Amino acid sequence: MIISFLKSREAILLGALIALILLVESRFSGFAMPRNLAAVFNDTSILIILALGQTLVILTRCIDLSLASNLALTGMVTAMLNAAMPGLPIVALLAVAVALGLIMGAFNGLLVWKLNIPPIVVTLGTLTIYRGIIFLVSGGSWVNSHEMSAAYKALPRAQMLGLPVLSWIAIVVIAGFAIGVNRTALGRAFYAVGGNPGAAVYTGIDVGRTRFSAFVIAGGLAGLCGYLWVSRYAVAYTDVAGGFELDIVAACVIGGISIAGGSGTVLGAVLGALFLGVIKNALPVAGISPFWQMAISGAAIIIAVAFNARKPPSRIILKHAEARS
Amino acid sequence: MTDNNTTPQPVLRLNGITKTFPGVRALSEVDLALYPGEVTALIGENGAGKSTLVKILTGIHQPDAGQIIVDETPTTLADASAATRAGITAIHQETVLFDDLSVAENIYLGHAPRGRFGLLDWARMEEDAREILKRIGAAINPRLPLRDLGIASKHLVAIARALSVQARVVVMDEPTAALSQAEIEELYTLIDRLKAEGKAILFISHKFDEVFRIAERYTVFRDGQMVDAGMISDVTEDQLVEKMVGRAMSAIFPVRHATPGETVLEVRDYSHPTEFADISFDLRRGEILGFYGLVGAGRSEIMQSLFGVTKPSHGEARLNGRALSIRTPADAIAEGIVYVPEDRGKQGAITAMPIFQNVTLPSLSRTSNKGFIRMAQEFDLARHYTERLDLRASALDQTVGNLSGGNQQKVVIAKWLATRPEVIILDEPTKGIDVGSKAAVHDFMAELAAEGLCVIMVSSEIPEILGMSDRVIVMREGRIVSQHPRDGLSPEILVREAAGYGATAQKESAA
Ligand SMILES: Nc1ncnc2c1ncn2[C@@H]1O[C@H](COP(=O)(O)OP(=O)(O)OP(=O)(O)O)[C@@H](O)[C@H]1O
Ligand SMILES: [Mg+2]
Repeated sequence: MIISFLKSREAILLGALIALILLVESRFSGFAMPRNLAAVFNDTSILIILALGQTLVILTRCIDLSLASNLALTGMVTAMLNAAMPGLPIVALLAVAVALGLIMGAFNGLLVWKLNIPPIVVTLGTLTIYRGIIFLVSGGSWVNSHEMSAAYKALPRAQMLGLPVLSWIAIVVIAGFAIGVNRTALGRAFYAVGGNPGAAVYTGIDVGRTRFSAFVIAGGLAGLCGYLWVSRYAVAYTDVAGGFELDIVAACVIGGISIAGGSGTVLGAVLGALFLGVIKNALPVAGISPFWQMAISGAAIIIAVAFNARKPPSRIILKHAEARS
Repeated sequence: MTDNNTTPQPVLRLNGITKTFPGVRALSEVDLALYPGEVTALIGENGAGKSTLVKILTGIHQPDAGQIIVDETPTTLADASAATRAGITAIHQETVLFDDLSVAENIYLGHAPRGRFGLLDWARMEEDAREILKRIGAAINPRLPLRDLGIASKHLVAIARALSVQARVVVMDEPTAALSQAEIEELYTLIDRLKAEGKAILFISHKFDEVFRIAERYTVFRDGQMVDAGMISDVTEDQLVEKMVGRAMSAIFPVRHATPGETVLEVRDYSHPTEFADISFDLRRGEILGFYGLVGAGRSEIMQSLFGVTKPSHGEARLNGRALSIRTPADAIAEGIVYVPEDRGKQGAITAMPIFQNVTLPSLSRTSNKGFIRMAQEFDLARHYTERLDLRASALDQTVGNLSGGNQQKVVIAKWLATRPEVIILDEPTKGIDVGSKAAVHDFMAELAAEGLCVIMVSSEIPEILGMSDRVIVMREGRIVSQHPRDGLSPEILVREAAGYGATAQKESAA
């Protein structure tokens, strides 16, 4: 089992991630300290959550380019609500954020499902529309730190068992995905729909509805991240997370989620996001020039795609299960 | 045509070809020679390595060891165009064509005729395509998008594509599996013509009547090794089967005793605007009901509408006396009616998924506990059904895409049997399956019928129809021509009625 893991795509990515961390460590000693790595994880939490949502969408042979706009809009709405009604409990704001995100995801999903518009076209459209709505609701003005309540800003930073709540949220989402994707019928359906839509229909799977579910889940997570992002950085404005949609896709691609659909793992997406996170967050600290940052992340994407073009190895956890049974 | 007194020089010779995939040795040190003007039949069980050899001959795979000798010159076939240049063309088992391109474009993709300035010469391309299609006896408009064609016509396009390049070696990997009897006859005529032109033909098939009809030579593969080769005139069918499976085998159908019980499924006046009309029939418990007809007679279309893939314009179906309203395949599966489609590529297996996940996909509720899938139960279920169907795979978590064509088909059948349906509709169930496994499929079918499963079997293979069915419905051009009990039915009756010769065929014999 250990040997087959060593041959898997995830193991290679893990190796690359460790090599990258050691590289930074060599330039900037102390980087590989557990406490610092925990900070890197925390910095990457939002990217991880979004990449997991995007993973579902890509598994079904779709793509969602509107996630960052969705995040920015929900973030703005929660910030404005908080500024207008500081007494509103954070739980209510969280519920609003998730609900708004779900609605935006559902809108994407419905257009793809019912009107049969290609997902890239739909979400390129809603990418602009959702951003436009931010401008409409905010009139282009910012919500600044001093307008936000202390409770609003405190949640993601609050420490619990040695880690910030933000990290814990990411951990819970990862665990939920690990179980949901691998061990539920819906999780299997994502793979089936992306792997062979024609055969999925004959198996009794509703292809449109499955894609819709993927968009809805990704949207809901983007909504959640909207609150997390804005409260963490304590500022909301129209261009929050501008261009971040491409980072999300890049994390998935580096993580081995096949753009052709039907292939990829939760672990891969998490590692892909971490890899990108280290490049984006740690290399600047280590004094590595922006040019090299871009070169490394660009090279990582191309290597990952070239790697995915090869045959995926069979999944190792299952070998284990078979050996046991 | 062939002169056995002189020893002709082979056009193509393979020496010691070996090919290993991760975990499988698909070919080990096989030899093969192909002679001008002769058909060499390549036979072997599912997974014996036949298609792998084809892929090596066409430059898709590279051998790990061994020599490919074309006209006495050792050659490497680095890619598909190198194979074309060496004069080798092939009709592949899994046809790779493009749904959104026209028939003519599919035929000429990659080697289209060019006119002035190197631009595509569309008019000539269409003209040439029409010519080639006519040569193989296919009445297909070259301008149609491929999407609009049925599976048999698509296969004819693949054949036309293979013949559109100038070649001396023509490889055919189960070319008749998707064709009807009439089209198969056309193909035989075509093969005769190719032989007369001096082409060397490698012909892969699981059907022995074909092999004896058209081949001069044979080569037998077993588990990736060449076990025998020789002249067809020196062997009998039984000897060939024995060489192929490594033991004596009688290809007889299972004996079935049970008499069908009460009526389970009633179909009344099923009609569709373009595909079929006035379809009525009953299916009884434990019965195997055969549907015979030429490809395109509307059999698959009826079954797809019973399964909820398409909608009939009117008509009614009842299950155990209760009117059914099936709008999607999920509805049908919930009612216990399942359909094993004919096109395993598009409609059958999810090739990137492991075998066991393919098998359990429609049965996940049974392998789950409180909504969570139990992997061990999945393996048990998948193992049970794939073993019964004689699946050859190295492990159940191998991806289906790495299996041989026949073994992929077995995975699809296992998937549907594993749902424990009340009614199973099998569309060409043993297409592409070797003799030994065919018997396994037939035995399992008979056993399940004896346990009360109702089976509708759409088949274009007359021996299978006659050997397995309790009752046979013959269809032609979207209508039921007649219904017969098995006893007293002959191949001649089936062929005549399906083709519509003579007015007497219109009469219904007592069902
Ligand atoms: N790309 C691949 N990766 C791994 N294994 C493969 C691959 N292609 C084929 N195999 C394996 O090689 C063996 C030979 O397969 P092949 O397709 O040549 O069989 P075949 O004789 O054509 O069978 P069939 O009659 O079912 O078409 C099988 O065990 C198959 O699983
Ligand atoms: Mg084959």
